[in-house]
Amino acid sequence: MATIEMKNIVKKYGDGFPAVNDVSIDVADGEFLILVGPSGCGKSTLLRMIVGLEDITSGDMLIGGERVNDLAPRDRNLSMVFQNYALYPHLTVYENIAFPLRLAKKSEKEIDEKVREASKTLDLDEHLERKPANLSGGQRQRVAMGRAIVREAKAFLFDEPLSNLDAKLRGQMRTEIARLQKKLGITTVYVTHDQTEAMTLGDRVAVMKRGVLQQLASPRELYEQPVNLFVAGFIGSPPMNFLPATVEGGKVTLPFGTFPLPADKAQATEGKGLLMAGIRPEHFEDVSVIEEGHVDTSRTFEAHIDVREWLGDQQYAYVPYEAEAKVQDQLKELAREADSDSLRTQLVVSLDAASKVKEDDDATLFIDTDKMHLFDPSTGENLTVGL
Amino acid sequence: MTKNLKANVGTIIGCALILIWCLLPVAWIVSLSFKSQEAVTNGSPGFFPSSGGGAGWDNYTQVLKDDEFRHSIFNSIGISLIATLLSVIIATLAAYAIARLEFVGKRFVLTTALVIAMFPVVSLVGPLFDMWRTFNIYDTWPGLIIPYMSFTLPLAIWTLSAFFREIPWEMEQAAQVDGATSWQAFRKVIVPLAAPGVFTAAILTFFFAWNDFVFGISLTSTDAARPIPAALSFFVGADPFNRPASLLAAGAVVATVPIVVLVLFFQRKIVAGLTAGAVKG
Repeated sequence: MATIEMKNIVKKYGDGFPAVNDVSIDVADGEFLILVGPSGCGKSTLLRMIVGLEDITSGDMLIGGERVNDLAPRDRNLSMVFQNYALYPHLTVYENIAFPLRLAKKSEKEIDEKVREASKTLDLDEHLERKPANLSGGQRQRVAMGRAIVREAKAFLFDEPLSNLDAKLRGQMRTEIARLQKKLGITTVYVTHDQTEAMTLGDRVAVMKRGVLQQLASPRELYEQPVNLFVAGFIGSPPMNFLPATVEGGKVTLPFGTFPLPADKAQATEGKGLLMAGIRPEHFEDVSVIEEGHVDTSRTFEAHIDVREWLGDQQYAYVPYEAEAKVQDQLKELAREADSDSLRTQLVVSLDAASKVKEDDDATLFIDTDKMHLFDPSTGENLTVGL
Repeated sequence: MTKNLKANVGTIIGCALILIWCLLPVAWIVSLSFKSQEAVTNGSPGFFPSSGGGAGWDNYTQVLKDDEFRHSIFNSIGISLIATLLSVIIATLAAYAIARLEFVGKRFVLTTALVIAMFPVVSLVGPLFDMWRTFNIYDTWPGLIIPYMSFTLPLAIWTLSAFFREIPWEMEQAAQVDGATSWQAFRKVIVPLAAPGVFTAAILTFFFAWNDFVFGISLTSTDAARPIPAALSFFVGADPFNRPASLLAAGAVVATVPIVVLVLFFQRKIVAGLTAGAVKG
């Protein structure tokens, strides 16, 4: 068990492109840290630099206080679960798990004890004599984890370990990994592009974009206080709505109307010209399901519901709106960075399941401007962070 | 159903035809080897020896009693095994480097290897004869092992590097993270995974060395190094004017046995899809 300190880590490939650019993260002992970001953001590269499979161009990597930049992977005493598991197909499950122990020249008795213990933890007892080829995806995944936990490694590293499993198994294994990590209390760095995994597993989450660390915070803080447009758009599903906005006289003007804004937010953004307002789908509500008298009529607007998706516990409604070309371009750029596609400018609102709104019909919606964020459209910076 | 049956019958007939075509000469040699010398000279057209024309195991005992022949078997086995072993070891290391490392001249190595493989064997006999006499390795085992290796290495390298390229990088990285040195990762993970390739390369090399006649007859002069194919051509028996066809046939059968055994043995090792299950496919 150990801390992992990354100090101004830079990775440049031959063509001079920085895949990881000046990233500094301290992982505390026993912490579960998630590296998340769209594909090509450098999260896997960073992980491979921790484990020693990639050279570090500049910066310091400290594991347990010791600088490991020049150590070979085998001397770093970390264990890693690969995206495609990388099991040894010519060895049985037992031998796969025992592999690191055999390399460490442990006694036969100790190997047997540890392998059996790991297999019990991971419920692999009945598969010990089988070859990886005969196992299901989930079982292979568990063997890969067995190989990682059997050794007293300083830290666990996971490289998108669940991306090859189907949705149901992914959910189960996610819980399993969380439980295992809590039980063993080992420092863990986990790379994923799946934000559900990021939000549910991590003590802290590091969001990366094009090799640059955007925000390092707890999942709750990421969700509620994103520092910039990218984090705001990347975290959350469906994603945060971005709308062109101007703030004047304590009121914010959106494409749907003008609404009052809390004083502190208004103060921070007053008179800054065209801004980008970010508001999550759940901060809208259908007025008809809110109790009479609880509706702040100054913050309601008429909207034309285009499509409605009923999910049982909630429903999503889509409200298209017209936006200027400049705003549209920026929204497209944002969506592209977050690995998604926005085909049209529309508002996604999450409504109470009881709401009786119909498709292709008008409805009165409430907008909770208290929860609204306002971003500087040129820098992407959140002007209302912490407010 | 009937269609299936028809297809099956067709398959069986086809297989039988191919087998007869391929195995008839072999069967005929086996048949010859059991006939007595007189029966062959007098003409014995039947597949099975005519009554009184059978020799039983006589031809075999006579062949195996022959000192020269015993030497040549020993030579052939020794030379072929050593050439195979060295060739496979060198080819494995070379192929691994070619598949895994980026180095200047990689293409050059591969094309040169291919060019060597294409080179006509006969054209090298003359120069080699002269060179080997200067180096004092004419009519010795190394004198044959070296040309065998140089002609089988290219093919072995090409085969093996194809196998190595198939093995996912992650296997090796996983081994390194698990605490293996590069050498341990190579020996404990990569080589076992490339085993089918290694055995394929070994069989090809052994075949070449075992069956070679040109080098065998030109680079040897005594039974110090003469391999079986060359020895068979010197095999004249008691009467040099009357070639002992049945003895030759017995010798040929004896020469074929090791290669058949070897193929049957290695064939089991060449299991396709050994890497199945390594990574999610």
